[in-house]
This record gives sequence, C-alpha cells and structure tokens, in this order.
Amino acid sequence: MEASQKPEEKLRYLLSGNEAVALGCREAGVHLGAGYPGTPSTEILETIARMVPEMYVQWSPNEKVGLEVAAGAAFSGARALSTQKHVGLNVAADPLMTLAYTGVEGGLVVVTADDPELHSSQNEQDNRHFARFAKLPMLEPSDSQEAKDYIAVGMDISEEFDVPVLFRMTTRISHSKGIVEAGETQKPAIRGFTKNPLKYVMVPGHARPRHAYVEERLVKLRAFAETSDLNRIEWGDKKLGIVSAGAAYVQAREKLPEASFLKLGMSYPLPLEKIRAFAEQVDRLLVIEELDPFFEEQLKAAGIVCEGKNVTGLLGELTPGRLGAGLVREGMLGASTEVAEGAEVLPRPPVLCPGCPHRGVFFELKKQRGNVFGDIGCYTLGALPPLSAMDTCLDMGASIGNAIGASKVSDGKKPIFATIGDGTFLHSGMTGLLDAVYNRANITVVILDNRITAMTGGQEHPSTGHTLMGEEAFDVDLEGLVRALGVEHVENVMNHDLEDVQAALQAAQEHQGVSVILAEAPCALMPYKIKETPYEIIEDACTGCRLCLQTGCPSISLTGTLTAEGRQRAVIDTETCTGCGLCPQTCNDHAIMLVSEEVTV
Amino acid sequence: MNEIQNMLIVGVGGQGVILASAILAQAAMEAGHDTKQSEVHGMSQRGGTVSSHVRFGEKVWSPMVPEGEAHVMLAFERAEALRAAHLVAPGGVAIVNRQSIIPPIASGKNFAYPEDPIGDSRERVERVIEIDALEECRKLGNEKMVSVLLLGALSAQLDFDGAIWEKVIRSRVPKGTEDGNLAAFAKGAELATAALAAR
Ligand SMILES: Cc1ncc(C[n+]2csc(CCOP(=O)(O)OP(=O)(O)O)c2C)c(N)n1
Repeated sequence: MEASQKPEEKLRYLLSGNEAVALGCREAGVHLGAGYPGTPSTEILETIARMVPEMYVQWSPNEKVGLEVAAGAAFSGARALSTQKHVGLNVAADPLMTLAYTGVEGGLVVVTADDPELHSSQNEQDNRHFARFAKLPMLEPSDSQEAKDYIAVGMDISEEFDVPVLFRMTTRISHSKGIVEAGETQKPAIRGFTKNPLKYVMVPGHARPRHAYVEERLVKLRAFAETSDLNRIEWGDKKLGIVSAGAAYVQAREKLPEASFLKLGMSYPLPLEKIRAFAEQVDRLLVIEELDPFFEEQLKAAGIVCEGKNVTGLLGELTPGRLGAGLVREGMLGASTEVAEGAEVLPRPPVLCPGCPHRGVFFELKKQRGNVFGDIGCYTLGALPPLSAMDTCLDMGASIGNAIGASKVSDGKKPIFATIGDGTFLHSGMTGLLDAVYNRANITVVILDNRITAMTGGQEHPSTGHTLMGEEAFDVDLEGLVRALGVEHVENVMNHDLEDVQAALQAAQEHQGVSVILAEAPCALMPYKIKETPYEIIEDACTGCRLCLQTGCPSISLTGTLTAEGRQRAVIDTETCTGCGLCPQTCNDHAIMLVSEEVTV
Repeated sequence: MNEIQNMLIVGVGGQGVILASAILAQAAMEAGHDTKQSEVHGMSQRGGTVSSHVRFGEKVWSPMVPEGEAHVMLAFERAEALRAAHLVAPGGVAIVNRQSIIPPIASGKNFAYPEDPIGDSRERVERVIEIDALEECRKLGNEKMVSVLLLGALSAQLDFDGAIWEKVIRSRVPKGTEDGNLAAFAKGAELATAALAAR
C-alpha cells in the first residue's frame, strides 16, 4: 500500500476492495483470519499476511474448516474474519447455519466474494440468499472505501447483536481500486472463552430456544436497518427513485445522475418501512441489482410497487452498456448514441502453460478412451481441445464421487478415471477416496500433484511445506495418506515421460478395485519459474504433421515455412519454451531438438 | 462539470498491462484526481485477454469505462487493439504496440489471427499511433521495459506533472531498473508526440 498524503489530511491509499478489507481488519483490530483461496476473494488474506503483521492468518484445507477456525476464535472473545468465494460458502454452509444459532462473543465477519459474469467460477449463484436463509445480517460495500469501513461496522454489529455478519463482495468490488482514506485504529482485547452450554452446545434442547432467539434478533436487526445510516437516501429528482446496493449502485449513480437514491449498505434484513416511505415520494421506483431479484421480490411481497428485472436482467454483471440499454428500453433514459459493434477477433481461451506438468497426463489419458470425471483447478483446462481429455467438472472434490457413481452403473466396457489436483484432493477429495475404497469401486484416480494451488495464483496448502504466513510446515505425504485410506495399488509417475504415464494408466486399469496414480511434478510457474534449455524445430526435418500441436502447448505454433507438399511447419517459441521435453516424444521425425544440440550437429 | 477521463489498457496475460495500469492509476491519484481502476485478471495468467480500465476526474462512481467512451486506448498487442477498438470514443486515440501474440487456437481450423488488425482498427478509431515497443526497448538495451515505454506513449495524452510520473515509476519497477525504465518512459512519450505531430 502506497500512501499519498497532503498536509493535514488523513492517509489516502489507492486500494482494491480486497486490500481495503485487509486495511479494515487492521483498523478494527481483528485478531484472526482464516479461509480458503478462491477468486475473487484470495487477496484479502494474502494482503493481511503481508501488511498486517499483528494479525494471525491461515489457509485452511477448505472453507468449512476455515469458518470453524474463525468461529472458534470468535467464541473465545477475539475478533475474527472468514473469507471465501461464493461457492466456498456452500462448503462452509453447515457451520454457518448453526453459527446463526450460537452467535459469537468476539465479532465475526464472514466474507463471501461472488462472481457475477463467471469471470473465474463454475456458477453465478447470488449469495445474498444465504443471509435470508441463515437469518443473518449482510453488509454490501459498493467501493473500496466502504469495503474498509464496513469491516469495523460489521464487527460492531456482530458484537452488539451476538451474530455472525455476512459481508458480500463481488469481483468488481474485490478487484477494482479506489481511493481509501484511513481511519482510527481500535485495539479490542481478547475476552477469552466463557463456558455456556446453552449457547454453544447445540443439542435439540438447547437449540430450540436459540431458534426463538434467532427470530427475535432478526426483528431487532430490522429495526436497526430502518434507522442505520448504512441505508441512506440521496435526494435528486423525484420522478425516478432507485433502490440499489454494491457494484450495481455505482453503475446506477453514474447512469442516472439526476435520480433519487436509496443506497443500501445492508442487503439484509431490508429497511422495508424506509423503502416504503421513499417509494411514496417518487413517481416511479426501480430496483437496480445484479443477478437475482433479491430486493425486488421482498419489496413486492411487502406491497411496494416497483420495477427491477425488466430493466436489469437476471444474468451476468451489470455493465454500463447493459444497464443503459435496459433503462432506454423501459423509457427511463433517453436513447444514447449507439455503440458500434465490436470486430470479430479470434478468442483467447485459457490454456495450460508451457511446461505445465498436467499436460503429459492428459495427453495420454485421452488415448485410454475411458470416461474421465474431472475436478476444478488448472487441470480443468485438460477438458479443452486439443487435449479434450476430461469429461466433467462440477465442484471441488466431485471427481472421485462422480467416478464411484459411474462405476456402480457401468457396463464395464470403458475404464473409469477421476482426475484431481493435490489442492483439491486435500480440500475435499480425501473423503471421496475413502468412499471408493470402502464401497469397492473399480476406478483409477489420478492425483495431479503440482505442489501448489496454482489456479488461484499459487497459495500454500498442507502439502507445500509452508503456511500463508511464510512459516515452514509439515508436508503431507500423499502416498502415505492414500495408502492409509486403504488404497493398495499406487503408482508414481514422471509426468513429462509419456511412456511412463501410459504404462501407469494401463497397469492401474488392470487392477480390479481402486488404484491411484500420483503424478507429481512442480508447477512450471509457481513458486519458481522453471526455465531449462528450450527446444526448437529443425526446419528441414519437420514434415508439418501437426502431432506436436496435439499437446496444446502455447509455445508451439503453426507459423513456420511450407514443406514441398505445401504443409505449414511448426515453430517453437524459445522465449516461452521451458524445456519440459514433452513435445519431442510426440515427433516421429526427430525434428524437435534442444537448442544447444542443434548447434553442435 | 464532472469531466471524467477514461483510459483503457488491453493486452495478453504476462505483457505488463497490470503494471502499466497500476502506475497510471497511482499517478492520477497523486495528480489530485478521484481515481478508480478495474481489471479482470482471473484467467489472464494462462494466455487470456487482459483489459484494465482507469478513470479519473473530480468524482468517479463506476470503475468501468462505458462502451464507446474511452478517450485513450493503449493496446499491448495488435489483435487486442482490434478487439477493443469499438470501445474508443469518437475523436479518441489508440496507441498500438506492433507485437502479435498468436494463440494456440489459431493453429486449428476454426480461427485465424487477423491479417491486418491495425489497419482494421483505423476504420474504427480516428487517431491510431503505432509503436514497436519491443524494438525500441532493444535499442535502449532492455526488453523488459515494454510496459513502461508504452505507458510513456499514453502519458503524452495527459497533463500530469513529470515529477509525479517519476516518483510513481520509481516506486513500482524492480530495484535497479528505475533509470532504465524512466528512459523508456521518456522514449515512449517522445515517439507518441512525434507520431501525432506527423499526422
Ligand atoms: C469450493 C471452492 N473453493 C474454491 C474454489 C476456487 N478454486 C478453484 S480450483 C482451486 C484450487 C486448485 O488447486 P489444485 O487442485 O492444487 O490444482 P491446480 O490449480 O494447482 O492444478 C481453487 C481454490 C472453488 N472453485 N470452489
């Protein structure tokens, strides 16, 4: 964080929403943060680890454990933060729903970073529903300043109402930068754990009265929402009144500078009476929100006449263009100048990096002609052409369960594989593997062990040997773990050696029951960039057969000279080639050589 | 009147789009403007398109540059310039690096890399400046300064104080490369100014 200071002014920083949350934690004196990486939430804990040394932070193996860790600290009278992406809250939903009953002692803020537009996610779920589902208050910042300020506000609400507070960000809030003015720093004490079984031991007899407490608390939170300045009215022209929050609010403010606004900082529970009074003052009421009609339906259920999804639609991010088009269509904005259509330009779908250790496994897996149940990580890219070697991607850890189910109803004609990354295996694949052994499934599980959480930018996990705070850690022995779960057939392979991978895949299929292939080779990018002597294509030897292109390596392109038969030769970009040695194994003409070798021939 | 300046920086993952926009946004803030910057970089590391929006003025609400309202577009790659050309405002400027990065998908049957993306961009953008940033950096003796050189070209469109640029660049580039990067920045500004004057 780089500060810019004018005389007698507070420190001002240009921060992303995620960095601002980290600063908010410092100012609110938060003691502990725990979570699991997931775009767009990841940089929150990373920034705290770098910039807020007084705070303890950790990556947990998954979001459920992360929230339980944060809850344990909050039960113990400390202020705690839990972070995850939207689908991460599904994993943490079990503790969340009952935390609503227990409440807390120290403040607990639970960040859910949603991803409208699916910039890097498997779905576009709207986690505001979790607030209503769990009967918890939800704060929703609309820029970096609010992302920082609302952390302290959330901690105060959490402690005052004895409630975990949900904190919803979206990709646009998490990853956009804005100016943030620093505030006062609090130094709350850790109050310690006080035994209170009626509050913390949720057996039916204790939980029944806690449910009544949850309902009473919601009534109090509603009253708070009615008067809190988190929900503020900004009067403008009364022809059009807007109810909005979060990223949608700033888009709306810009498109409709004249309108009146009721800006919600608290997305749940809604201040329905404040909204009703606002509605009575304006000619036409419009709810501007991304994704689901979460506000709109509650307003309509309360008898407040409004419009919403007819303007904003149900899908994706509310971009300036989409919002403008909706407003023009419904007669709320005069037609603006037409924006020209974009040119048709070839797409750039993400690809496995040069030297990626996952490539060799998928290259061989494709030839096995089995059904391959996949998972989520960089290796999901193995599903895309030309590798096209993975057939499903549902949720983290799903591959093994899916493979078990498929094997139980299979006619046995095709082998059944599961492919899963090391991070994902430790997140939620271990229980699936236990299931496979326990229920005698006939499957082969390939664990793609690149020794890092690569997809989300290289986070530590329990088999990387380091923690988020940079300390050395116990490094889980995956083979020992897999054997302890009861797997008898375990093969270790060299990922970049295609013969070795093929032999292991075949041996594993011949084994009746569960077999595991451990494909261990480090990520080519993280934590260190791997760059060995690159390969190049010997022009005279290349016949333009395109076999090397089947690896899908972005260092190889079809941009060379023409052969006598008029076929275009391949070229290797020696700048980006890492020298992994995979492509020479695909070349029948021995046209791919190490750069130095050619000099000596 | 709240006149917002809209800058769009586009390219391919790994080219330095994020560094250039971080420097630009910080400089805008130091120059006393309300500033917002937005980028989506989820999959960029794996060869995808990266696009970053920087907006500044008296009060900026949205971090996203509205379609067709970018005053300046800086494109690190030719095809990316064409992809984003329609986002440039009437009368706007596109500064385009001559580099081509051909994605693996172009080796298949279904997609081809555009033949003349800069020429096609000219049909959509009034003023297009071409710069061979890699070649210029080679001449300066360090190929790793493409990002700052291109930012220098963009800076010729703005009126920020030279001292602000220098301070922010020094704080953002790797130790030991500060002077080289400042030279690259000055070169970029010089090339862009000359190109516009020659029109
Ligand atoms: C429940 C859930 N949490 C987090 C994510 C975000 N996420 C996608 S893949 C991934 C990690 C993948 O790591 P690993 O399995 O080691 O594979 P790699 O990317 O290293 O190949 C994460 C954290 C998610 N999609 N779902």
